[in-house]
Amino acid sequence: MDSVFLIKSLIILGIFAISLGIAAYETYFERVIAAYIQDRVGPDRAGPFGILQPLADAGKLFFKEDFIPTMADKWLFILGPSLAMLTALMTSAVIPFGDSILFDGHEILVQGIEVNIGILWVFGVVSLGVYGILIGGWASNNKYSLYGAIRAASQNISYELAMGLSIIAILMMSESLSLRSIVEQQHGFNWNIFYQPMGFVIFLTCSFAECNRTPFDLPESENELVAGYHTEYGSMKLGLYLFSEYVNMFVTSAVLATLFFGGFNYPGMDWVAAKLIGGFGEVTGHNLATLVGTLIFFGKIFFFIFVFMWVRWTLPRFRYDQLMDLGWKALIPLSVVNLLITAGAQLSGMPLIANWIGLAIFLVLFYLGSNIFGTKKTSL
Amino acid sequence: MQLTNRAKKTDKRPLTLAERSYLPGIAQGMGITLKHFFSKKATIRYPEQTRYLGPVFRGHHILKRDEEGRERCTACGLCAVACPAEAISMVAAERVKGEEHLYREEKYAAAYEINMLRCIFCGLCEEACPKEAVYLRHDKFVPVFTNRDQVIYGKDQLVEDMNNRYERDAWTKEEMQKLWAKQDPVNY
Ligand code: SF4
Ligand code: SF4
Repeated sequence: MDSVFLIKSLIILGIFAISLGIAAYETYFERVIAAYIQDRVGPDRAGPFGILQPLADAGKLFFKEDFIPTMADKWLFILGPSLAMLTALMTSAVIPFGDSILFDGHEILVQGIEVNIGILWVFGVVSLGVYGILIGGWASNNKYSLYGAIRAASQNISYELAMGLSIIAILMMSESLSLRSIVEQQHGFNWNIFYQPMGFVIFLTCSFAECNRTPFDLPESENELVAGYHTEYGSMKLGLYLFSEYVNMFVTSAVLATLFFGGFNYPGMDWVAAKLIGGFGEVTGHNLATLVGTLIFFGKIFFFIFVFMWVRWTLPRFRYDQLMDLGWKALIPLSVVNLLITAGAQLSGMPLIANWIGLAIFLVLFYLGSNIFGTKKTSL
Repeated sequence: MQLTNRAKKTDKRPLTLAERSYLPGIAQGMGITLKHFFSKKATIRYPEQTRYLGPVFRGHHILKRDEEGRERCTACGLCAVACPAEAISMVAAERVKGEEHLYREEKYAAAYEINMLRCIFCGLCEEACPKEAVYLRHDKFVPVFTNRDQVIYGKDQLVEDMNNRYERDAWTKEEMQKLWAKQDPVNY
């Protein structure tokens, strides 16, 4: 039992370290990708190819003056960034990063905690995340910060609805709230993306909004709000805010990969596992197969992180009313329609085909409807 | 009334369903940025890699010598008069016997100073000089200084070194572009 406990704590520590390490290097890759997309070369001075850049950035942040404005609420001002970071890190605990490790006769899951309400945990914690921003923006006693914080709050609330509804479609298919069983049902190449293309688009859009990433980065738009909720922050407090955004991005990518792209599943995984078990014996082979799955999962995560950055340097920021329009008038109705289609497909017994037929029927109906009843509006 | 023939007719039809969903537009935009991701970078990595500044660049001053190594400046003071920033000052002296190999004219500048803190690199001194003595180099900046002692450039910094004569590398835009093409990662 002791050794299981030890391994479990090692896994939890490992997940923490990996989240932080990946977030640190996300800051570096964000700059590199931005540079490449803009035909520049990006940071390349600190160490070979600039790979020590995150360290240099962190060092710089630590040596800046840690300033608290006189009129700010001191304790809340400190609490804001801490809360943002805490909630960002907590979500990664329930994500199944791999299958399981056989050790000493025990089967240990490669996951912080396996709870049967995994997805609820993610949602609960993510919706707490907005408190970090809200408290920070409010405590600064600066109207621009407050605007940023309010924008963050209302944006997160409106997009969480559509996000939740698009998740419910997934839950109807998997009939479980546990992230692990959702992953296990996507065994091999049976990924949810094939059943839920519309759900995926909705979820992706909402997760951009939840992470406050461009094109939904209204809480921190420097040209309207000075810098938004973190205007008054400096030094490592600002660092924590920015860093928590990157941790969030990592976790969101992981959730995306888990829910829609099969987590650690990949086509031909049974064959690989059988080969490895044949080659290295029952225990080592199984562990190696888990390792391969984990690596593939990380590949998917990195791909989504890249997509996040790619979109950031492609799309311009929304106007605030457009953002609300999109959330309430487009995404929520669409996710309800998606829910209906999924429900019909589940009842029909042929989820894959019925989902696509449902989607096609909806598109045709919508097209005809907008032609007949549509107002002559030129934008959404 | 049509003012130019570049006018384009705007498309005012209502957006189609695909356009209103934004998705094709977003995909197209992402395709464009992805193309740039793999394209050639235009950056010049400055300290290691410098670029030819161009024949019309006005930089560090130089006091030219003639072909025999004699200083051309005759301390006439016209550059100082022309200078809008009053950056130039000089002390004239008479050439004595035995110095003919040093100075071209009977009068020369015993001291010639340019205050680089005042100079605005307008090039008027260059234009004013009747002896073609003072020029602004096209290939060299005045280096950064951190102390006021370093800003007054005397003859030691200005007079041309005969072993390393200054010549203009390019005179025309075409020549300049040829030089750029040799130096840069991107061809202009
Ligand atoms: S470049 Fe202009 S400002 Fe500078 S010394 Fe010559 S005349 Fe004066
Ligand atoms: S540099 Fe030319 S203009 Fe100036 S003092 Fe000498 S000769 Fe005269």
